[in-house]
Amino acid sequence: MAKIDKDLRLLFVQEAERPLTRRMFLRRAGAAGLLVAGSGWLAACGGGGGDTTSTSTGGSSTTGGAGPTTTAAGPTTTRALDKQLNFYNWSDYIAEDTIPNFEKEFGVKVTYDNYSSNDTLLAKLQSGASGYDIIVPSDYMVTTMLGLGLLQQIDLANIPNVKNLYPRFREEPFDPGNKYSIPWQWGTTGIGYNTEKVPDFKPSWDMMWDAKYKGHITMLTEIRDIFAVALFRMGEDINTTDPAKIDKAKQMLIEQKSLLKHYTSDTYIDELASNDSWLSHGYSGDVFQAIGENDKVAYAIPDEGAVIWVDSMCVPKDAPHKYTAEVFMDYILRPDVGAAISNYVSYASPNQAAESLVSQEIRNDPGIYPSAEVSQRLQYIKELGDATQLYNAAYEEVKAA
Amino acid sequence: MIQKGEDLLSGGAAASAPAEPGLVGRGLARLRGRRFLVANILLAPTTMWLVLFMVLPLLVVLVYSFGSRGAFGDVVLGFSLHNYAKVFSPLWFPIILRSFGFAAVATLLTLAMGYPLAYFIAMYGGRRKSLYLILIMLPFWTSYLIRTYSWIVILRSQGVVNTVLTSLGVINDPLNLLNTRFSVILGLTYGFLPFMTLPLYASLEKLDKSLIEAAQDLGASRLWTLLTVTVPLSLPGIVAGTLLVFIPAVGDFVTPDLLGGPDQTMIGNVIQSQFLSTRDWAYGSALSFSLMAILLVAILLYVRKVGAEELG
Amino acid sequence: MRRRRDQRIKAKGLRVYVALVYAFLFAPIVVLVLFSFNNSRRNATWKGFTLKWYSALFGDSAVLDAFKNTMKVAIIATILATIFGSLAAYALTRYHFRGSSLYNGAIYVPLVIPEIVFGVALLSGFNAAGLGLSLKTVIISHVAFMVSFVIVVVRARMSGFDRALEEAAMDLGANEIQTFYLVTLPFMAPGIMAGALLAFVLSFDDFVITFFNSGVGNTTLPLKVYSMVKFGVTPEINAISVFMLGISSLLLLLTYRIQSGERRTVQEPDKG
Repeated sequence: MAKIDKDLRLLFVQEAERPLTRRMFLRRAGAAGLLVAGSGWLAACGGGGGDTTSTSTGGSSTTGGAGPTTTAAGPTTTRALDKQLNFYNWSDYIAEDTIPNFEKEFGVKVTYDNYSSNDTLLAKLQSGASGYDIIVPSDYMVTTMLGLGLLQQIDLANIPNVKNLYPRFREEPFDPGNKYSIPWQWGTTGIGYNTEKVPDFKPSWDMMWDAKYKGHITMLTEIRDIFAVALFRMGEDINTTDPAKIDKAKQMLIEQKSLLKHYTSDTYIDELASNDSWLSHGYSGDVFQAIGENDKVAYAIPDEGAVIWVDSMCVPKDAPHKYTAEVFMDYILRPDVGAAISNYVSYASPNQAAESLVSQEIRNDPGIYPSAEVSQRLQYIKELGDATQLYNAAYEEVKAA
Repeated sequence: MIQKGEDLLSGGAAASAPAEPGLVGRGLARLRGRRFLVANILLAPTTMWLVLFMVLPLLVVLVYSFGSRGAFGDVVLGFSLHNYAKVFSPLWFPIILRSFGFAAVATLLTLAMGYPLAYFIAMYGGRRKSLYLILIMLPFWTSYLIRTYSWIVILRSQGVVNTVLTSLGVINDPLNLLNTRFSVILGLTYGFLPFMTLPLYASLEKLDKSLIEAAQDLGASRLWTLLTVTVPLSLPGIVAGTLLVFIPAVGDFVTPDLLGGPDQTMIGNVIQSQFLSTRDWAYGSALSFSLMAILLVAILLYVRKVGAEELG
Repeated sequence: MRRRRDQRIKAKGLRVYVALVYAFLFAPIVVLVLFSFNNSRRNATWKGFTLKWYSALFGDSAVLDAFKNTMKVAIIATILATIFGSLAAYALTRYHFRGSSLYNGAIYVPLVIPEIVFGVALLSGFNAAGLGLSLKTVIISHVAFMVSFVIVVVRARMSGFDRALEEAAMDLGANEIQTFYLVTLPFMAPGIMAGALLAFVLSFDDFVITFFNSGVGNTTLPLKVYSMVKFGVTPEINAISVFMLGISSLLLLLTYRIQSGERRTVQEPDKG
């Protein structure tokens, strides 16, 4: 591992210094020829066969145009890499120099826009072409988008660094073999709590039903996340499609409602920091932000189990610059790049080769990098297709109760 | 001198309006034809815009509303009324009632704050009128979200209000202000205050001050003058303001989201969640069209009753 | 003169009340400005004074781009919506024709549509029409919902319009266009200004509709702020808001100067 690591770093240094060394040039050229031909075909295909979509501007036509004329290797390669890459990511979720370094090294201009939730991202994509080349949905959302035909397959030949991933991230249940998604960062959904106000805290979801703390408990707004908490507490599978179990979870959540301050997916960070909320169902990284403000706040992964999530880079079906997107993904999977992101945003990196470069502080934090024993208890939320309606209906009853 | 709305709109109700006295002599039919033409030219940009970018897109959503949810949250087109049947599920009654209640209270509060404000600017603003108006708008040149977050800072248990009250010894334990009915209504009132004040100002500004002074010179009390002279004359402004506040307030979802608790869900949140969390666009569309229909009927009744001159 | 002084004294209660309303309007703004100087990554607690968020802001080209986009959209959309809306309001109050009552009712439709429905509907429409998303589509969609607000406000002003004034001008030999400029437009002006101010704020602060109908690189400030808020409100967001406030009040003051200069020459006569 260490050797690969060094090799890669060496490679990186070279690349950084001289944007296009001969070696890189040739190496990329081989794959690129194929890919460009491929993406040209895809673009043509998308234009003709796709439904209502029509890709926004010049981008796709350049790729499409380059396709047929490109020979397998040679000087045409530079054309393969588009001048432009449109990246749509969560905000505050990248190191400051990640994009500038990429732009410098590859001569690609990256347009970087942000969104704030999986749901809004999906709604926008679902209504038509967005013009983005890379998006970063979470695990179950990858399945949803696949189900809706919103993503296209990634060519792993252009992403040799995929080998840097931890084995578990190469075989994720929602996308085994990384055919459609390359993990970006991951974390868990647990409890952020105030050690002073909740002296009897124990790592259990029962805490979220403790009447002593009425009015100081918050839950997330995501339907499946909320139901996962109740199902964990019941000792059930969080992806159950058994109406009876979902109904029981619903009762449990209705019962909890009177104890809640509110449902929130963002304000709880401030509330934890200002001692307004004492027990918050929240994302690991968010709670760590609150800890940074208020040292009485702590994060726990309950014993009954917790949700693990992975945000992954995907290519929308009508992405105008697919090859460039793959080159970017490969760049992100470099150990130093991946580690720099983790060091900046304080989430765990799926990049095993980056592990030694991630700061001690983050790597040794069991809340960010859980122990093997805790990891056993982490479960993904799965997209359930039609059965999702069971949860939706139950949720509406909770909401209206 | 001010005239009441009705006389100049007298032609409105009946299409066969008599021509205005000053224009008698020109052919009636020609006049009507010409009027129609001019009106349409003036209306053309708005008509075009609304048809292309409002009516047509809404037809898409209307089609959605008869479909159903696919496995992954796509819309399966079809023709079924079951979404509309579900709209009237008793589940939503309390939420709809709450939305209308909150919006109504917020509308009254904005009126109570906005009317004196608009009156003051119109009557006593003098040359500083625009400045006063701009001062009203200034806070809204930030982001809605940020202003709402600022209210959180003010209202939370260790926030500005509670800190001041505790240090003054007025209260011992912090008041529970945030995530309550109170905080949602406060947020709505704050957010929509300009939508009340500006139309009120626009309609109060044209009042002739001498008329009011005349009433007072004749011995009318100030309250009496206000009720019998000023308010009736500014009725179009009141109608416009209440509509501009009430309608968006009913459908608001950000305020209850941020300032409300688990029991302050409004109909806007329900619709929002059909498009985002539960991703049942078909049902969300049906809910929206039903809400729109209810609101439009309410508006028409209201305008008929209170501000007959608003409709031609 | 004496009467005016009487009015002044009588209005004392009103003045106090109005001052309180202004205080209410500005309370959150004061908090916002204060916390933009907070030496902490969050708004949660006060941790000392700093200017670092402002320097971060001016180093952040993304924020400045977003500001540019926002202003571009808001200014163009406001101008279009104000012109369209004012003409429509004039036509609707001045002329009565077959279908005008239907039109009067239809004006409320855009007010009634839930934002998200409108956002999704427009996006589907743009896609069906093969229009790529850009700032243009954002402007188009803003105008579509702003026009109604302008019409409602301007119409409220117009409904008290004394048509005898127009007729007098015509009797004195002015043609219709002259009459419009010399009599009608000055009368409408406060309504148009109120409508434009509202329209501007609506565009400037719109998130939902902009989110759906903006293309790559069209981030506006509300989009920026909403995406940042996912991780809580940081003092940097406050600094952005203060920056927005600063720039916009500057612009407003400027227009105010120009306007009040004009008003003295134009509007005074019709008061007499």
